[in-house]
Amino acid sequence: MTDLTSLTIAEARQGLANKAFTARELTDAHLKAMEAARLLNAYVLETPDRAREMARAADEAIAKGEGGPLAGIPLGIKDLFATRDIRTTACSRILGNFIPSYESTITSQLWRDGAVLLGKLNNDEFAMGSSNETSCFGPVANPWRRAGSNTDLVPGGSSGGSASAVAAMLCMGATATDTGGSIRQPAAFTATVGIKPTYGRCSRWGIVAFASSLDQAGPIARSVRDAAILMRSMAGHDPKDTTSADVPVPDYEAAIGKSVKGMRIGIPREYRLDGMPGEIEKLWSEGAEWLKAAGAELVEVSLPHTKYALPAYYIVAPAEASSNLARYDGVRYGLREPARNIIEMYEKTRAEGFGAEVRRRVMIGTYVLSAGYYDAYYLRAQKVRTLIKKDFEDCFAKGVHAILTPATPSAAFGIGEKGGADPVEMYLNDIFTVTVNMAGLPGIAVPAGRDAQDLPLGLQLIGRPFDEETLFSLGAIIEQAAGRFTPARWW
Amino acid sequence: MSVDATTVRRIAHLARIAVSDAEVPHLQGELNAMLAFVEQLSEVNVEGVEPMTSVTPMEMKKRADVVNDGAIADAIVRNAPETMSDFFLVPKVVE
Repeated sequence: MTDLTSLTIAEARQGLANKAFTARELTDAHLKAMEAARLLNAYVLETPDRAREMARAADEAIAKGEGGPLAGIPLGIKDLFATRDIRTTACSRILGNFIPSYESTITSQLWRDGAVLLGKLNNDEFAMGSSNETSCFGPVANPWRRAGSNTDLVPGGSSGGSASAVAAMLCMGATATDTGGSIRQPAAFTATVGIKPTYGRCSRWGIVAFASSLDQAGPIARSVRDAAILMRSMAGHDPKDTTSADVPVPDYEAAIGKSVKGMRIGIPREYRLDGMPGEIEKLWSEGAEWLKAAGAELVEVSLPHTKYALPAYYIVAPAEASSNLARYDGVRYGLREPARNIIEMYEKTRAEGFGAEVRRRVMIGTYVLSAGYYDAYYLRAQKVRTLIKKDFEDCFAKGVHAILTPATPSAAFGIGEKGGADPVEMYLNDIFTVTVNMAGLPGIAVPAGRDAQDLPLGLQLIGRPFDEETLFSLGAIIEQAAGRFTPARWW
Repeated sequence: MSVDATTVRRIAHLARIAVSDAEVPHLQGELNAMLAFVEQLSEVNVEGVEPMTSVTPMEMKKRADVVNDGAIADAIVRNAPETMSDFFLVPKVVE
């Protein structure tokens, strides 16, 4: 029998339906792979007992012909999603041993559809990071290494555990979240597919909040089809999230294989950065040619405020974070440092519980919202955000269906290589992805090629609001042309 | 704009994060690096531009004003560092 962990979700679904193997066997194969891959540090908590119990229930449901669309499919869950009775930490010391008494809407929909929980996945602390190095559980290793090298590389972040686990076949798919690129950048670094849906498409209820006007959850998977399958279960209106959109969820899988003939694909000139590596440039034009060969029409477009997206993001996101993270005060849950009075207790708890990156962002956020600076920083950034969104609206109004860009400015880098002296160096990783969050649009990252050192590179497609289907159709064309990439096993 | 050491201490206090004297110069450098980075926003003409306050244009949803949850005190205090009969305990606030 072929290794069950190497199957896609679509293949496993078929195998389970044909009784080629059971959900229990599929789950056991993954639990075994996880045990053998602890070196990667992708999981911060393995839940084998829960997994076997859920797999058994899935087998029963399948036998009765009542299996849901994800019956028996083993998944990993980013540790930002609250899971009832299972430790949820956002990979921060300040949440300590937090055991939620409730389940996030997204994960409850996955379990409703029959999926199996394998465990909780590592991420940057409170999803603040682009390399998974800010996690209180330590960094995650990318299953990919440079040709002929044994240097450990980052899997990207903040959904580094999700991307690493999916690429290393330690789960069939994973949940992830994206505030500035945290689904798409790790997907690009690990040759996996990651989609950040339109803001409002997936409920944020029960997900640890970072920046509420930018946060959006989505899947990471090994194929475009698998991402579409997971999206259908994750998406949907939720009355518990006031920003959740009350729009019908289409059958995303049906979009795969659909003709893209006559679609207009925008190539934004502002994404052509000075000093951009030649291989990124080459990948980008190759991707454009593939879409053209499939019948799409390429048009040069302009998004004039692109360069201001990242600086505006580094005002808006920390401002919202400083507000959201005010709840970690040592009173109701998580860490508490002893102190003589309550103010000192707050200050010591938060100094001890937050890591360096989180402290820095909370402080910047506090500063830009403070009296006397609010107009100069926060209000200005919110106005710039209006302009960024308008750039995209103008472009779509001219009949553009989707926009093609590189996903990241480089391939994966080494652990400890970036951001040591200047935090901005790390922030630049999100230069191509952050605009999408600022405008609330959907974006997908699809593996498209390799760099000179054999590391995977990805392309990004940006869509109109609530038109994830077009991204799946176009993403499938790129996937078909580029092929799929699997890392050589060293762990 | 840049921040001095006094401002760093003031922000830390506003954010309720204890900062030791030894940490101030380092934090000051990092915060100033971020502020220098965002400085480029000052060159954008935002005259007459409305600030973005809602990501997708939608009307604020309101739910019916009814009690639809409750009687779960146990679940609410279960993760608290210190409690006494369904109350959160904190260091003495009033002398």
